Amino acid sequence: MLLLALDTATPAVTVALHDGATVIAESSQVDARRHGELLLPAVDRVLAEAGVKLDAVTAIVTGVGPGPYTGLRVGLMTAETFGSALGIPVHGVCTLDGLAYAAGIEGDFVVATDARRKEVYWARYADPRTRLTDPAVDRPAEIAEQVASLPAVGAGALLYPDTFTGARGPEHVSAGALAALAAERLAAGQDLEPPRPLYLRRPDAQVPKNYKVVTPK
Amino acid sequence: MADEPLVLGIETSCDETGVGIVRGTTLLADAIASSVDEHARFGGVVPEVASRAHLEAMVPTIERALKEAGVSARDLDGISVTAGPGLAGALLVGVSAAKAYAYALGKPLYGVNHLASHICVDQLEHGKLPEPTMALLVSGGHSSLLLSSDITSDVRPMGATIDDAAGEAFDKIARVLNLGFPGGPVIDRYAKEGDPNAIAFPRGLTGPRDAAYDFSFSGLKTAVARWIEAKRNAGEDVPVRDVSASFQEAVVDVLTRKAVRACKDEGVDHLMIGGGVAANSRLRALAQERCEAAGIRLRVPRPKLCTDNGAMVAALGAEMVARNRAASDWDLPADSSLPVTDPHVPGKSHAPAHDHDHVHEISKDNLYS
Ligand SMILES: [Zn+2]
Repeated sequence: MLLLALDTATPAVTVALHDGATVIAESSQVDARRHGELLLPAVDRVLAEAGVKLDAVTAIVTGVGPGPYTGLRVGLMTAETFGSALGIPVHGVCTLDGLAYAAGIEGDFVVATDARRKEVYWARYADPRTRLTDPAVDRPAEIAEQVASLPAVGAGALLYPDTFTGARGPEHVSAGALAALAAERLAAGQDLEPPRPLYLRRPDAQVPKNYKVVTPK
Repeated sequence: MADEPLVLGIETSCDETGVGIVRGTTLLADAIASSVDEHARFGGVVPEVASRAHLEAMVPTIERALKEAGVSARDLDGISVTAGPGLAGALLVGVSAAKAYAYALGKPLYGVNHLASHICVDQLEHGKLPEPTMALLVSGGHSSLLLSSDITSDVRPMGATIDDAAGEAFDKIARVLNLGFPGGPVIDRYAKEGDPNAIAFPRGLTGPRDAAYDFSFSGLKTAVARWIEAKRNAGEDVPVRDVSASFQEAVVDVLTRKAVRACKDEGVDHLMIGGGVAANSRLRALAQERCEAAGIRLRVPRPKLCTDNGAMVAALGAEMVARNRAASDWDLPADSSLPVTDPHVPGKSHAPAHDHDHVHEISKDNLYS
């Protein structure tokens, strides 16, 4: 098994290669504005570091968010296209699950990432492998009761310490954790999610001024 | 010829997910998935809706194009993609896909300019572009007059609309006349039965001191709408056929007059017309008439190649390969305001030593106006 994992759902552009037992190469850069520019060079670097070519990879693992859309799509589009070009499977993993796995907290805790617009993407966990709630997007104040006094990881938790009183690292997801979690699930014969984005919000329906006009039929 | 470059091109600058495959100047596949219906209720292209649709449609459209062309991805000589201008988020989906595809297959990547692609697509219809070529690009998104001596390295903006795109004026007037969408074909149809000289609508920017090659359709749009409203307010019937014919005449008169003048001034004996409005029958007829009178050869591709598509991006990519232009780097950005003067985005390692003059298009921001 050789998994190439990538995630662009948070400000981190993260790529890792996992052989089923361990992470053999990894790259993480934090730059929320340049996902599209950073991802492919990072893939190239990670493969070079491990001394393998992309066609040696047996499956692609991609974070499916939730995350700000424009960046999120970079990872998903890259993963899906790799899968099609190489004829290998593409598995989705919830980005929050990757953070939960990396946090390694036993007992109830929360994962929250920054959803911008003063909101967080979040979910509750019973342990690093068990999510209790569907990923959701909310204002921190609205979920204060549900997360009160629980340990909380992720940039969303660190950003709103008044709500997430137990906030701590890791701040961003790592592709290494995503790959390790996927490898565990695959080895256990579990089904992984399809590589479909978790947007959690409807698109903004405003048509910017000076854009192509399309009138109803 | 089998030794001509085989290139797959990806276009996602607006609401069409286009994947085309060409061999040199021969079209092998032109697969399109459009999200136009999803935007209709909003009255315009919603960038986020377009981007989501591109992500869903991309891989199936690539696979459909390969099947249609009957070629193996392994045999491709390169992957080209629209790097700009266009909607930032939409472009990024196509650029991400193109990079991943090129990288996985071990092929060179060419980030190319959307406007130069609109010109280059004519090679698939009429063979090699004459050099130089004057190009009039008219659609719901563009109204530009461009001069190119080499489509891979030299595209000069002569003029552009200072307000609305020509196609947008057609849509607006069709809406005022309750003719539905899109406006171009239906106005064209009614105009055939009307008198183009019935109403003297204004010709924007045609005064002696106006910019010789720039366009303006906003004033015309308002004048036509006012004329229709005045008729309605007076309780009279609106002569739809005459209004359509007179409005259309005003648009195509200015477009062709300025395009022919630019050809004459620059000593260019070829004019190509591209973009969705190039399907307009009166534009084709008047352009033909005026070009013939001026000794200019007119080239207009078939309508499906005039609207946004992947084949045009593949056509320009194939020309990049044929002329040994530098490939793009893996960190190629999607550039929503890529200047028309950059036909492609060469990698840094291959950048020319001298910095050539960049003449920025005056109205590059009005791509979607
Ligand atoms: Zn276009």
